[in-house]
Amino acid sequence: MAKGVDQRWRHKRGTRQWALGHFWTTATWIMAFILFFPVLWMVITAFKHEGSAYTDPPTLNFHPTLSEFSSVINSTSFTGGFVKPFEDSLFVTFATLVLVLAMGIPAAYALSVRPVKRWRDVLFFFLATKMLPYVAAIVPIYIIATHLGLLNNDWALVILYTGFNLPLAVWMIRSFLLEIPKEMLEAARIDGAGVFTELTRVILPILLPGIAATALICVIFTWNEFFFALFLTTTNGTVPVFLSGFQLNEGQYWAELSAAATLCCLPVILAGWIAQKQLVRGLSLGALK
Amino acid sequence: MSMSDALPPVQNLPAAHHSPVSRRQGSRPSARRTAWIRRLPLLPALIYMIVVTQVPFLVTVWYSFRGWNSQVPGSNKFVGFKSYSAVLSDPMFRSAAVVTVEMTASAVILSMLLGTSLAILINRKFRGRGIVRTMLITPFLVIPVATGLLFQTTIYGNYFGILDWIVGWFGISQVTWVSTFALPSVVAVLVWEWTPFMMLIVLAGLQSESLEALEAARVDGANAFQTFVSITFPHLRRYIELGLLLGSIYIVQTFGEIFILTQGAGGSNGAATTNFAYYIYKQVYNAFNYSQGSAAGVIVVIATEIVAAFTLRLLSGLFQAAESMS
Repeated sequence: MAKGVDQRWRHKRGTRQWALGHFWTTATWIMAFILFFPVLWMVITAFKHEGSAYTDPPTLNFHPTLSEFSSVINSTSFTGGFVKPFEDSLFVTFATLVLVLAMGIPAAYALSVRPVKRWRDVLFFFLATKMLPYVAAIVPIYIIATHLGLLNNDWALVILYTGFNLPLAVWMIRSFLLEIPKEMLEAARIDGAGVFTELTRVILPILLPGIAATALICVIFTWNEFFFALFLTTTNGTVPVFLSGFQLNEGQYWAELSAAATLCCLPVILAGWIAQKQLVRGLSLGALK
Repeated sequence: MSMSDALPPVQNLPAAHHSPVSRRQGSRPSARRTAWIRRLPLLPALIYMIVVTQVPFLVTVWYSFRGWNSQVPGSNKFVGFKSYSAVLSDPMFRSAAVVTVEMTASAVILSMLLGTSLAILINRKFRGRGIVRTMLITPFLVIPVATGLLFQTTIYGNYFGILDWIVGWFGISQVTWVSTFALPSVVAVLVWEWTPFMMLIVLAGLQSESLEALEAARVDGANAFQTFVSITFPHLRRYIELGLLLGSIYIVQTFGEIFILTQGAGGSNGAATTNFAYYIYKQVYNAFNYSQGSAAGVIVVIATEIVAAFTLRLLSGLFQAAESMS
């Protein structure tokens, strides 16, 4: 008898928890949908004709079309070419990535596996540079770029963006290097492996996922940067500069704007989705996992 | 002798720089060579960062003491603190300081509140958690300029925007959202963008919580609310602080969203959304006042460094805690 009561009580409690669980799950889904909605609406509008983008109330009843995408890609629109800025962005991002990794991986190694003296001071110097408001230095950067003949040149952006991302890469890669078990490195050394063998045979294979995550985080920050791209380029603008051209026609060309924005954001959104497990490590410069 | 032979074995990390061995080696020539070989991989990155960050800032300080306006011939000469006094007495700069603080503080606090709630919600196990998480981080990934345009047209747009449609249910017709509520419009966009950032940092905190402590509290009969207040929140504090500080450092530099949405306009002085970044942009781009732009830059750096000092201290604490754990 007592057992029966206990079971019934447990059943009741279980039902309540089950209902509560469903309540929270539904609430979470609704919140996620609301926050995701602007992006979703951008993608939906990209498939509309210009005419069906302007409806009151906003509607889902339309014939999907690729015409806005093709007008963006074929550069028949008023904003000029989409292909050129996209290529510029690809180049800037790729070149930045190569420089960041080429300098960042050795530096992270020298600050973790075989640390230099005063490695802690060096690490915090890197961190401190990440916190400088770069916006404040636009005057000299503009003047230096003019003197070096780097105005309207993608390399000016590459040099700057490498500086923005290098500290982040050093901290992040270092945090991955610290996770390599010391025994593994010692074992390799006992087997007579030199620095080069140790790096290429032992460290790099384990480090690859970490390097990939670091690279993806750098891609996000590089691709999205607007302030310096706006100042330092005129015709060689990157994707954000190209998109800002739509601002001049306030409230017009929604469908085309949505198509352009969807195409421009796609690489970074994909990069972020792929790297989402490592995103927090990148954002906290390796302090959190 | 190959390079590898000269190197001592891997050392215990925290002890590396004050171990007696490495100090004794410092006096021998071969040991000095070893130290340089160790330093070699670090040098490119270190030199690069010193050049890229220190040179522009020194030049900024240099120009801030000159009276350079590129439209005024012969103005590029030493004027002492004149640019600083001009900037500090410029009502627009003081307004920019207030706007920067208001914009940053409200965006950081609101996105932290929202981010923390979302982190708690998705820290549970449920069906589709991965998809929800993916949806929630997306706003952070969208190009800020695209975000500005997206909100300008889709959300705030006249006649056809979602907000107008929603207030239409309550019989309110057409609000010019961006010009009527300039600062809140920008802050809302920033909150949308930065909520995922805060959520991810708080989520990392929640997931690093010790399960034993939670279990012990449950055994002791604490309810969910009591557990949260007495165990989870104290643990989360460091993470929340980190999110607030890092968020502030990034959000202070907001530019693209303002450039698209308001061009710094709004309010009674017409500059309700002109923050530091936009003020410097206006000084340089519209007024050609290089020296006042530089002086403003120096002031912004000093202000940011104060916040950064707290952040560095906090990160260094987290960093040492992580090290002592491993």
